[in-house]
Amino acid sequence: MSQKRLLAWLLPFLAIVAVAGSAFAADLGSLVTNLVTGGYSERDDAIKALATSGEARAAPILQALSAGDLYVRNSDKLVVIGKVSASGGSGKLALTDAVTGKDAGTAAEDDLDKVKVNNRLRGTIDAAMGSLTLMSPDPKVRRQAAESLFTRRDASALAALEPALAAEKDDSIKRSMIEARAAIVLTTPDTTPAQKLAAVAVVRDRGDRDAMAVLQAAAQSTNGEVKAAALAGAESVRNTLQAWTQAQNVWYGISLGSVLLLAAIGLAITFGTMGVINMAHGEMVMLGAYTTFVVQQALRSYAPGLNEISVIIALPLAFLVSGAVGVLIERTIIRFLYGRSLDTLLATWGLSLVLQQAVRSIFGPTNREVSSPSWMSGSFHVGQLDVTYGRLWIIVFALLVFAALLLLLRKTPLGLYMRAVTQNRPMAAAVGIRTPRVDALTFGLGSGIAGLAGVALSQIDNVSPNLGQGYIIDSFMVVVFGGVGNLFGTLVGATALGIVNKFLEPYAGAVLGKILVLVFIILFIQRRPRGLFALKGRSVE
Amino acid sequence: MKLGAMIRTGLVAAGLVASATTGAFAQSGDTIKVGILHSLSGTMAISETTLKDVMLMLIDQQNKKGGLLGKKLEAVVVDPASNWPLFAEKARELLQKDKVAAVFGCWTSVSRKSVLPVFEELNGILFYPVQYEGQESQKNVFYTGAAPNQQAIPAVDYLMSKDGGEVKRWVLAGTDYVYPRTTNKILEAYLLQKGVAKEDIMINYTPFGHSDWQSIVADIKKFGSAGKKTAVVSTINGDANVPFYKELGNQGIKAKDIPVVAFSVGEEELAGIDTKPLVGHLAAWNYFESVKNPANEQFIKDWQAFTKNPKRVTNDPMEAHYIGFNMWVAAVTKAGTTDPSKVIPAMIGVKAPNLTGGVSEMLPNHHITKPVLIGEIEANGQFDVVWKTPGLVPGAAWSPILDDSKNLVADWSPALNCGNYDNVAKKCIGSGK
Repeated sequence: MSQKRLLAWLLPFLAIVAVAGSAFAADLGSLVTNLVTGGYSERDDAIKALATSGEARAAPILQALSAGDLYVRNSDKLVVIGKVSASGGSGKLALTDAVTGKDAGTAAEDDLDKVKVNNRLRGTIDAAMGSLTLMSPDPKVRRQAAESLFTRRDASALAALEPALAAEKDDSIKRSMIEARAAIVLTTPDTTPAQKLAAVAVVRDRGDRDAMAVLQAAAQSTNGEVKAAALAGAESVRNTLQAWTQAQNVWYGISLGSVLLLAAIGLAITFGTMGVINMAHGEMVMLGAYTTFVVQQALRSYAPGLNEISVIIALPLAFLVSGAVGVLIERTIIRFLYGRSLDTLLATWGLSLVLQQAVRSIFGPTNREVSSPSWMSGSFHVGQLDVTYGRLWIIVFALLVFAALLLLLRKTPLGLYMRAVTQNRPMAAAVGIRTPRVDALTFGLGSGIAGLAGVALSQIDNVSPNLGQGYIIDSFMVVVFGGVGNLFGTLVGATALGIVNKFLEPYAGAVLGKILVLVFIILFIQRRPRGLFALKGRSVE
Repeated sequence: MKLGAMIRTGLVAAGLVASATTGAFAQSGDTIKVGILHSLSGTMAISETTLKDVMLMLIDQQNKKGGLLGKKLEAVVVDPASNWPLFAEKARELLQKDKVAAVFGCWTSVSRKSVLPVFEELNGILFYPVQYEGQESQKNVFYTGAAPNQQAIPAVDYLMSKDGGEVKRWVLAGTDYVYPRTTNKILEAYLLQKGVAKEDIMINYTPFGHSDWQSIVADIKKFGSAGKKTAVVSTINGDANVPFYKELGNQGIKAKDIPVVAFSVGEEELAGIDTKPLVGHLAAWNYFESVKNPANEQFIKDWQAFTKNPKRVTNDPMEAHYIGFNMWVAAVTKAGTTDPSKVIPAMIGVKAPNLTGGVSEMLPNHHITKPVLIGEIEANGQFDVVWKTPGLVPGAAWSPILDDSKNLVADWSPALNCGNYDNVAKKCIGSGK
């Protein structure tokens, strides 16, 4: 009892001593302890204290904190860095003592308390890491450090920037650092107007969105000559960006067009050349996407090494699955309905509902995760244009599919039969072509290509039973607009609709933009009922 | 593949029919029927099927505890197939033909609006479990999801605070229908009231299921480069979220630069996305699966056992049904009958524990008290709670921020008995729709 009371008396003093200790000596142990205790505001200060302490361990600790790898061990309150390790067994994390950097055994995640970070702390860590890693031997890390300093504009980083700038050999990184210094100079109130004016010029020459953000912020916080220069700089950056916006719209339009092309090209075969109104076309796309999901799941359990190319492995399988379903549909339903387009429309629409519900029963109603391989994620810059790899590959893929299909139709016997049957069925039959078989194969081909589209769409859209519904209207629009029965019409139609859509979107909004495109197509069909590229001659019935 | 699938679905359907008929014959008369009105097919099946399952679990649990008023509960499941007029038809069928004691159902506001007249006419009880736009209080409906003041307003307050990043510029992005439009109207009025300039607010609507987000994400990026801290408040609904977040990730918009706070993205929606590029983006809800407390852990365990899927996630509307169902059970027990004209007055003041460690109460305006939590997306698809209201927030049926509703209150206690009482004119305007 008395002992306890003594302790209770002593505790506040001990606490004061501890706080004083950290303030003066700032030894690593107490710095790290401050990092994991208290509210977000206190921890924000703790991060800054740790970053400026000059300790070698500061960088790895902060990195772990930002990545969510910093834990407190429940048993002894030791602050540790936990990493998933192959040797530690499943569910176990390999631990390192945060302060000493020594191995601290392994532990299950349940025995650890994760140190939480929010966006504010992540921002602070980013700024801190910027100054800490400026001298890193890895040029990539240095470049990143300079970039994060540019966006964070933390005044305390200036001290670290100067020596780094002097030591830097790589010219482009050096320029990043100069830009970062200029951005900091612009945000720091106690720099001279002359310094600020020079900084405005540096940032203006950078010329991207981040630069504009810096200049506009500077214009708000300064006055006089600097303000005018910052405003003029922001204006010139805006003008450059304006030009790039047009390029960007074209690029987005082509990208949207490639997606439309992929979705519609199968329909161009089944609807365009066979004349079958196939409302279940979207569901063939969906089956392709689900095939990708199944392939990824299978690879994940049996061959994790192949995950990066799972999408490529899924392509032939998706073609076969959707194609086989297509042949089955043609043989069991559609062949009885040739020449009765209204009946085909109703039957295939019913079929699309059956397929959707079947997938819902097997895979469940929720979205399935199809992960993107690393070569399809992220983006790169062309000038001020952000090009995402995923979209780029989809454009390439759409063009490849288009070229392959064209070759198939023009250069192979099957293509010849297909064209013969669609152009003049009795004559084709008379020269010995087995027309029912060609019908089935043509429909299977169209469906199989829809399956290929599904693989591509699984990368940018939901893999859910409703996937196909979103594309069926657009696909019909493209085929009708481009000209029924003409593959090039589909290509041009898809690209044109994509670009028109993307130019309308910024002005009219996404909803009105879609409506306008639809109205445009209705009017266009009134003028040219056979679409952009109408088939001429004997094949027109 | 297709044939196998069809046979399997056929078998499932046959099984369902068989079990439904035997259930009805074996127990009619001495059971209390509970209607479940959630879409099991069509676009909304993605969200609503889960709610049907959670209701079946809750009813099953109640029966294991001995049922209600000495009788067993019996679930009557109907499928309104994401078709709004069909919701009204199915509601009528539940109330007239099956004579259910209460209905748990609806997700979209338009489906709720379509069943309102049916519940009013036949005096049924509807428990509505989804966060919604408010501006409504109906005698026969109990709103167990969040009203705007229990989700949207606190989320904006958080972003304005120091921890949230002191946001000065706002993008209000939503799907084009009644919930986002009303919520954004309230938010815009609120932001203007807080001194945000008109040019610092950008409002953008997209159609349902929008999948090409390239130019809108680029617009957001552009809007965010004005030198002021920018955030996106997203009321984007359902399927459109996955491509939206994928595009954000691809274009490199990080949460620490432009955070996105979403009102319709929960654990279920995240299950379909690779969340690594999204770490730090936010969601505002009244419940997260990651909240640690014994009741929630038990609920998750029961749910995963019931669905026989150890990876099945839980979400906010599920918790709303959990609270609503327990409140209904308590009110029926209190009233001693399932007669709606006795149960509806008994509901007011009923308390039931929620899954975040508090006790929610049914208010006279038929909304409940709930805590508001802000969570950040983690790499494992869960949310990490970074902020929480100190106590429970009472749901407000009418927004005090909008001019046309600032004088209105809803109070179904005997004294007022009105869903839209005008405090200034001192009169009840009408039926409360």
